[in-house]
Amino acid sequence: MATPALTVDNLSVVFRTRSGVVRALEHVSFSVAKGETVAVVGESGSGKSVTAYAVMGILDGAGEITSGRALLGALDVLSAPRHVLDGVRGRDIAMIFQNPRSALNPIRRVGDQIADVLLRHANVPPAQAGLEAVKMLDSVGITDPARRARAYPFELSGGMCQRVMIAIALAAKPSLLIADEPTTGLDVTTQAIIMDIIAARAAATGMATVFITHDLGLAAERADRIVVMHAGHVVEVAPTAELFRHPRHPYTAELLAATPGGTSRLEDLSTIPGSLPDLRNALLPPCRYSARCPRRSDACDGALPQISAQTRSAFACHHPVAA
Amino acid sequence: MTPEPLLDVAELSRRFVLPLPGNPVANLLRRLRHGPTAAPRLHAVDDVSFSVARGETVGLVGESGCGKSTLVRLVSRLLDPDEGSIRLGGKELTYTQARNFARAPDRGRIQMVFQDAGESINPRYTAQDAIADPLRRLRGLSGSALDTKVQQAATRCGLPLALLSRFPHQLSGGQRARVGIARAIALEPELLILDEPTAALDVSVQVVVLQLLQKLKFELGMSYLFVSHDLNVVRLLCDRVLVMYLGKIVESGPAREVFANPAHPYTRALVAAVPDATRKAEDRTRLSGEIRSPIDPSPHACRFLGRCPQSAAICGTEMPVLKAVSATQTVACHFPEARLP
Repeated sequence: MATPALTVDNLSVVFRTRSGVVRALEHVSFSVAKGETVAVVGESGSGKSVTAYAVMGILDGAGEITSGRALLGALDVLSAPRHVLDGVRGRDIAMIFQNPRSALNPIRRVGDQIADVLLRHANVPPAQAGLEAVKMLDSVGITDPARRARAYPFELSGGMCQRVMIAIALAAKPSLLIADEPTTGLDVTTQAIIMDIIAARAAATGMATVFITHDLGLAAERADRIVVMHAGHVVEVAPTAELFRHPRHPYTAELLAATPGGTSRLEDLSTIPGSLPDLRNALLPPCRYSARCPRRSDACDGALPQISAQTRSAFACHHPVAA
Repeated sequence: MTPEPLLDVAELSRRFVLPLPGNPVANLLRRLRHGPTAAPRLHAVDDVSFSVARGETVGLVGESGCGKSTLVRLVSRLLDPDEGSIRLGGKELTYTQARNFARAPDRGRIQMVFQDAGESINPRYTAQDAIADPLRRLRGLSGSALDTKVQQAATRCGLPLALLSRFPHQLSGGQRARVGIARAIALEPELLILDEPTAALDVSVQVVVLQLLQKLKFELGMSYLFVSHDLNVVRLLCDRVLVMYLGKIVESGPAREVFANPAHPYTRALVAAVPDATRKAEDRTRLSGEIRSPIDPSPHACRFLGRCPQSAAICGTEMPVLKAVSATQTVACHFPEARLP
């Protein structure tokens, strides 16, 4: 295995809210190799975005990292001081957010927003920045880039705004891209094009990609490996083909059985009983899926098998589905 | 198909008038000198005809901006068409203006389930109020008769009665979806229009809601017009499917056939873009080029021209009309995919 571009090791995050302490992430570990695309999947509330935000150092003020490291090369971005992070974010790690319209600055021209990154992180001289920004827009497939560079976000369609976001994220040639639901709310035709652009860049520069999604079909098609999250735990990690052929964790199996695919019929789709547990509860069982799990036994009240950051394929379950 | 369709939409069009570009003062002066100029018009729905049989589920798919929502708002009589007719069970509905339709007796025959129940339920209404509202307004029910009806609708949708006193923000996404559906079926409509009812839900909840919709359709004998981005969901639920592109229907037919043998190049690209666990992303047709403007489009050019991978000279000079390519499938293209006999 190549040197990992990102190693998240034993990451735990809590949010202190008025109604109690929410244990949003617990012992989350996974790694992403250089050039690899890892998809993080799970239901809403499973901690996918919190993981990304923690790595980027942009957690909400109520959030607190209680344990863990996130190694980008040799640098632990979780404990790095602000001035170090300022040089890393945007240059080495870049992030694409879910809703491009609200993530872009609404009152600045999109060309200027790309030029900002080029000036700050890519050592582009100010006289060239505008021209380079137009080139970036061209490289993400925007037609008539010179005119579009002078447009404001509201003048562009959702798909076009997402391309601008990608241009901003890729401007400084990052070694790690975190894409948080980059195509949610876009049409399938646009989604395919956006994912192509990201994949082409990853293939060309060896950029590692963490790709957060709730769409298992999309993850299957685009990711090398998949990290399945449930209620703040990583429950299974596996190479994509293996995960889809032989899901080992019961939650993964249920999730796959509930996803509409090309050939399935409505009657054949299964439903996952119960719902995510309340993460404010201080007495959550070690396995947070056990209350919904058809395979649970007394052993599930004991400590869970841990998934370490180095493993390529693992599951956190005492009673895995037979391979 | 049955001889008498429940819903019969014929030659329906809606164009939105846009403000004239340029300086308003100059425009006014020009108008005073030269008389009124034609304002640019956005052709949202252009000469659309289709029907929905009793007990049938018809899917409507297409990109955002293709006119799906306008078409749905026309059919559900929230918006007045410029031209065309909408007949429900043989009765013409366009004679009543949209703003009066809310109190018309036919309102109860067409009901809607909106995309995000969290947004479409009054936040100051409890689930009970939300479901009771249409019954109170259109059926004039009150007191215990009203309560019985509300509880009946809630039970049908699998909504525990204990949740009826809750406000939308106190309910989960799946429960809110059930309230939205219960509100729509409380009047026992003949046609239910579903606008992306599961777009905001997780897969595990989505399945439950889709199965609920399927069950209700048989119990109440409703027909569905089902709008969705998600072709996998359309495939699961719909008998027939209509594919829309820039205000026009470009292909229609049984869902199974359209997805297995898409005839229009746009449908082919749409089907190819659906992520599928069993395929890899590389072997795909991709749409390139830009969508044509829907503002005063040429009546003689195919709307898909510019993005179409197979266009010829005739595509720019003659608008293709819907033609049958098989007993059940129609397509508006000069060069539909050559089909095997």
